[in-house]
Amino acid sequence: MSAILEVENLRVEIPLATGTLVPVRGISFSVQRGETLCIVGESGCGKSLTSLSIMNLLPKRAKRTANRLLLGGADLQGMDERAMSDVRGNRMAMIFQEPMTSLNPAYTIGNQLEEAFLRHRKASRREARERAVFLLEKVGISAAASRLGQYPHQLSGGLRQRVMIAMALMCGPELIIADEPTTALDVTIQAQILHLLATLQRELQMGVMLITHDLGIVARVADRVAVMYAGEIVESGTVHEVFSRPLHPYTQGLLRCIPVPGKTRRGSHLGSIPGVVPALFGEPTQCNFANRCEYATPACTAAPVPLTPLSEGRAYRCILPVETCIANQARAVAA
Amino acid sequence: MTPILETANVFRTFQVSTGFLKPKRPLHAVNGVSLRLAKGEVLGLVGESGCGKSTLAKMLLGLLPPTSGDILVSGQAITGLDRRATARRIQPIFQDPYSSLNPRKTIGDIIGLPLRVHRVGSAAERPAKVREMMDMVGLPHRYVGNYPSQLSGGQRQRVAIARALIMRPELVICDEPTSALDVSVQSQILNLLLDLQRELGLTYLLISHNLAVVEHMAHRVAVMYLGRIVEEAETDQLFRDPQHPYTRALLDSVLTPEPGLGVPDANLGTTFPNPIDPPSGCTFHPRCPHVMPVCRTIVPKPLATQTGHVECHLYDTALKQAS
Ligand SMILES: Nc1ncnc2c1ncn2[C@@H]1O[C@H](COP(=O)(O)OP(=O)(O)OP(=O)(O)O)[C@@H](O)[C@H]1O
Ligand SMILES: Nc1ncnc2c1ncn2[C@@H]1O[C@H](COP(=O)(O)OP(=O)(O)OP(=O)(O)O)[C@@H](O)[C@H]1O
Ligand code: SF4
Ligand code: SF4
Ligand SMILES: [Mg+2]
Ligand SMILES: [Mg+2]
Repeated sequence: MSAILEVENLRVEIPLATGTLVPVRGISFSVQRGETLCIVGESGCGKSLTSLSIMNLLPKRAKRTANRLLLGGADLQGMDERAMSDVRGNRMAMIFQEPMTSLNPAYTIGNQLEEAFLRHRKASRREARERAVFLLEKVGISAAASRLGQYPHQLSGGLRQRVMIAMALMCGPELIIADEPTTALDVTIQAQILHLLATLQRELQMGVMLITHDLGIVARVADRVAVMYAGEIVESGTVHEVFSRPLHPYTQGLLRCIPVPGKTRRGSHLGSIPGVVPALFGEPTQCNFANRCEYATPACTAAPVPLTPLSEGRAYRCILPVETCIANQARAVAA
Repeated sequence: MTPILETANVFRTFQVSTGFLKPKRPLHAVNGVSLRLAKGEVLGLVGESGCGKSTLAKMLLGLLPPTSGDILVSGQAITGLDRRATARRIQPIFQDPYSSLNPRKTIGDIIGLPLRVHRVGSAAERPAKVREMMDMVGLPHRYVGNYPSQLSGGQRQRVAIARALIMRPELVICDEPTSALDVSVQSQILNLLLDLQRELGLTYLLISHNLAVVEHMAHRVAVMYLGRIVEEAETDQLFRDPQHPYTRALLDSVLTPEPGLGVPDANLGTTFPNPIDPPSGCTFHPRCPHVMPVCRTIVPKPLATQTGHVECHLYDTALKQAS
């Protein structure tokens, strides 16, 4: 395997009237060809900004820095906007969290689907159209040819999302960044899209970076998982390691929040993680999770907590020893 | 008791263009739906993407007139009611928080808007109410002066929820209320919705693709396919003993958080129905693993089950005897 995406020490800063916000605080990860990396984490922890910074689509005021940011070995930081627009939608594509933010209400979906293909592939209108129809059918849209003339507002939420997925796949990218790609879809179509992504992944050796809140999807499709909290990666490992032996107290809490059919009683309170994420201004001075952690001690707030590597790809960011983390989890599950 | 909300045989048709210079054709987004919601009840509504759930929700909110059929709020036709009064009692939480929040208003303004529109409290009292709501949905007060574009997807969804609940409505129509949220916030919001329901006797129509959430929250569940309710039952029964083949396919496709199991295949094939040109007979027949000859020609009628009804020829004993 070789890496299609390498990210080292990625930071995003947004200057605001009240100070400099640092929503992404030096994160490192890689995506291998043919691999699925899932990123999970609290709402607002910086997942979307991480993906936008890889695509160089950050909001204007935001500033990106990284030690390394490579797409198939090519340096993304050295590229000007023209070089980037050759890469974007072509070698790497993104499925956005909210379809309405990336579909243009003024153009038909046919126009929007064909546009990237015409630009990058020097194809004819007819070829572009055929490819659009082919992919719309693949994502489960019937009578695809007749949908090409419709505008985004005439489609249901799930249809819009599928149009976006088809759009991202138009040029057969090497890397796909999918931000909550199936949340607006029913589970039968979700399963179908996940099958489609897996097939393309096998055929094209496409790398997939999948951001999702749905731990069911993570469990079923991820090869590796990175858990983010407050702009940092707090735990990473293979999907088996993270689900069967979660180490970080935040990961452990997350896994207790989901209703599991047959296990959680209807109408009972679900597990939750009380409290809110700290403001992400300036540099960390302590464990960012300390204000919500049931195991916090004064040592946790004395200094920033570094990421402790355990083995290749397996790491966690907590001062507790591994054995203590495992014992804590066993006790919490039994309770 | 009069149900708080009732629909009787509601239809909604859109005229859609099928191509340049081609005539417009009707699309039956909602095709004869009858529902009842008792006070304090949570009704789950699930179904295929594009089957008409949001269209139905918009009609229940009075935002879209039905093509035919009646919608009654506490026994009165919604068309005869004052829009403002209805809005006070029925509030929406919409699917796409991005398009339902005004980008030029601050978070505080957005959450407080219903208070101003309905002239609740004095201008001096409102900020405190807004902050109280922000606490309830877990939004830090520091966001009060921010604009929607400065918030993450999940934070925007919490704004939408705070705005819907600030008027303490009787009925909340939740269209995918938590799909943009991470599981810890999702569990906070679901716990909040459950508490409010118990304390204030709220009634919810909960539209969601997350069947685990629906099972956790709803008393009854309605399953929709191509504009019709094809099965309705009490939650336990629906999850324990689904009748309609589409309901079964849905339940089989749920992804539980167990690594190594892969993504199941519901065996529904890839012939997706076109709502402009729906299949004859039972509209599910091109995808149904149990299809019979009669399914291609005769539309199934609702048949009573233990706790609800189902529309499928498999359960029609009269039909079985005849053939
Ligand atoms: N344009 C902006 N200006 C100021 N702050 C911003 C801006 N965009 C995002 N933020 C802040 O940066 C943080 C990270 O946002 P991001 O959208 O990456 O979150 P996320 O992890 O994708 O969350 P979600 O799961 O809710 O989508 C949030 O706290 C958000 O409020
Ligand atoms: N304004 C409109 N004009 C034309 N067609 C429309 C319009 N609004 C909705 N439709 C069509 O009506 C059908 C039902 O749409 P609706 O938004 O109600 O689906 P939904 O069940 O909410 O789906 P999802 O789960 O994807 O949100 C779809 O085929 C959609 O394309
Ligand atoms: S470092 Fe301390 S506060 Fe942070 S997660 Fe570990 S135990 Fe909790
Ligand atoms: S009526 Fe026939 S085609 Fe329709 S769901 Fe029942 S068995 Fe399947
Ligand atoms: Mg996001
Ligand atoms: Mg909808």
